[in-house]
Amino acid sequence: MPSRPGFSLQGRRSFYFALLLAPPLLWLGIVYLGSLFTLLLQSFYAIDEFTARIVPEFTLATYRQLLTQPAHVDIILRTLLMAVAVTIAAAVIAFPVALYMARYAGPRMKALFYVGVMLPMWTSYLVKVYAWRLILAKQGIASWGLAHLGLMGALDKVLEVPVVGGPSLASSYLGMFVVFVYMWLPFMILPLAAALERVPASLLQASADLGARPGQTFRNVVLPLALPGLAAGSIFTFSLTLGDFIIPSVVGAPGYFIGMMVYQQQGTAGNLPLAAAFSVVPIVLIGLYLMLARRLGAFDAL
Amino acid sequence: MTPAIELRATRRAFGDVVALDSVSLAIAPGEFFALLGPSGSGKTTCLRLIAGFDQPDSGTILLDGEDVTNSPPFARNVNTVFQDYALFPHMTVAENVAYGPRVRGVATADRSRQAHEMLELVRLGEFGARRPHQLSGGQRQRVALARALINRPKVLLLDEPLGALDLKLREEMQAELKGLQQRLGITFVFVTHDQGEALSMADRVAVFSQGRIEQLDTPRELYNRPQTAFVASFVGSANVVERAAAQRLTGNAQAFAIRPELIELLAAGERAPDGCVHCSGEVIDVLYHGASSRLRVLVDERTTLAVARAETVGGGGSGPAAGATVRLAWRPDHAVPLQD
Repeated sequence: MPSRPGFSLQGRRSFYFALLLAPPLLWLGIVYLGSLFTLLLQSFYAIDEFTARIVPEFTLATYRQLLTQPAHVDIILRTLLMAVAVTIAAAVIAFPVALYMARYAGPRMKALFYVGVMLPMWTSYLVKVYAWRLILAKQGIASWGLAHLGLMGALDKVLEVPVVGGPSLASSYLGMFVVFVYMWLPFMILPLAAALERVPASLLQASADLGARPGQTFRNVVLPLALPGLAAGSIFTFSLTLGDFIIPSVVGAPGYFIGMMVYQQQGTAGNLPLAAAFSVVPIVLIGLYLMLARRLGAFDAL
Repeated sequence: MTPAIELRATRRAFGDVVALDSVSLAIAPGEFFALLGPSGSGKTTCLRLIAGFDQPDSGTILLDGEDVTNSPPFARNVNTVFQDYALFPHMTVAENVAYGPRVRGVATADRSRQAHEMLELVRLGEFGARRPHQLSGGQRQRVALARALINRPKVLLLDEPLGALDLKLREEMQAELKGLQQRLGITFVFVTHDQGEALSMADRVAVFSQGRIEQLDTPRELYNRPQTAFVASFVGSANVVERAAAQRLTGNAQAFAIRPELIELLAAGERAPDGCVHCSGEVIDVLYHGASSRLRVLVDERTTLAVARAETVGGGGSGPAAGATVRLAWRPDHAVPLQD
């Protein structure tokens, strides 16, 4: 009976394929998903109030605590609002920049812009955050510049606004917002520029050809086709803001953010279940955000 | 009658490359007009200038007698079928077709009725709810047509409309486009590099080469009376005989073109008919095309002539083979004199 080379070749090929895929799959499965699962599990564990020992017994008490204690709810809402505000601001600032980079800049200008957008990411994150604290401080360069422009009165007015304001930019939510937007802007610009670059020029010409004015072409063609890039960029800015604990602890008002709470609960306070429950919050929020984006058709053009 | 489109001394250069060099032409209303030429000849630049995607460096463009040289595309009563169709991927087929009325502010109910009518016209009535990527190339092409025609433009521009289709579909679409143009009475201007397409569909053809119009004529005139060597070889695949070779072959230093099917292949020892120009040469190769064969014959050290030989029914007699010596003859009035 003739041998079946096709079969054995097939078998050998899938063996090599499995061999090749095993390391990354194991890494992803154990290191990423495994630790995520343990984290999730921790949030359902009980904690002994006297000894602060973690008891592996299933309980929803931590989540009840998370969602009913006003202080905790405040932290979640504060972080969520900041993430939404930062995402919107980043999108508004990034769009014209990305549009220019993708559609109007010549090759040299485009290269310059790409380097310019990425260059800040090559600097240490901590250095930038502390630099911003100095920039925004009461005697810092920001107020010095505004004073020279005769805008000190305007700054004082803004800082008097409750909640967003504060004694100085460096110790207000406004300052924190500025730093967040600065930090995550490249993460919005790059996917947006990539999405805009993929829109064929003929589609814009077709729109104009059919009678659309530039504004209509933008609304009907450019914006919908840029949505996947906008969605990708906003997932970055949204999730990075939700999880960050350094910026809120260095710049801005003293109110706690989710990231700081996780850091504190698993570190000094030693309440791992609560820290785990807090870190589940961004995951849930991003999941909800993705569902919303999908419902709104952000991925239809993919 | 006012021409539907008129270009006056239109010039467009990109850096050092002159894409369009002082081109003037007038296209009559209701005409099916072809811009024919190899790539880089300026035909597409010409179309883009008419559509308004690009502005000329100098010269004037008139649509229906009105100067539109510097008008944006949305202000011109001209619509385009793009080479890649340029259908909006995030809209359904019906939304694509209804786009023109939509941006012009036509009410939803009206425009979806119009879109349906247009889709019926191109026989895609049931495809309105689909997305462009769910259609075949030929269907997409028809959607692009419907989308461009819904605005009832004075002029429809088509950029290599059949370029992306396979041969059979291309032939069907040629007939369909021609029929559509005759029914609607709209001026069609299409760009193509395929001379067969230009000859079979167009009323008149402008042959472009290196940014200039070499010849503007009806397909019959172009094919039978090419004026330049370029037109003779590009449009009819005719033999072009330069001055020096003509001097040797005919004793007359006048460049001329002669089409392969008009050269007679004489049997050995057969006398050339009276008054015919004749010469002898060696067959270089023979290509069998079914209904005919094409021979290349070296008639002097630098000149080869292509000769078409009708094949006999049933595929009998194989004719001269490569290396054979043959005699050729043609009537002097079949040789078309060319400008230098």
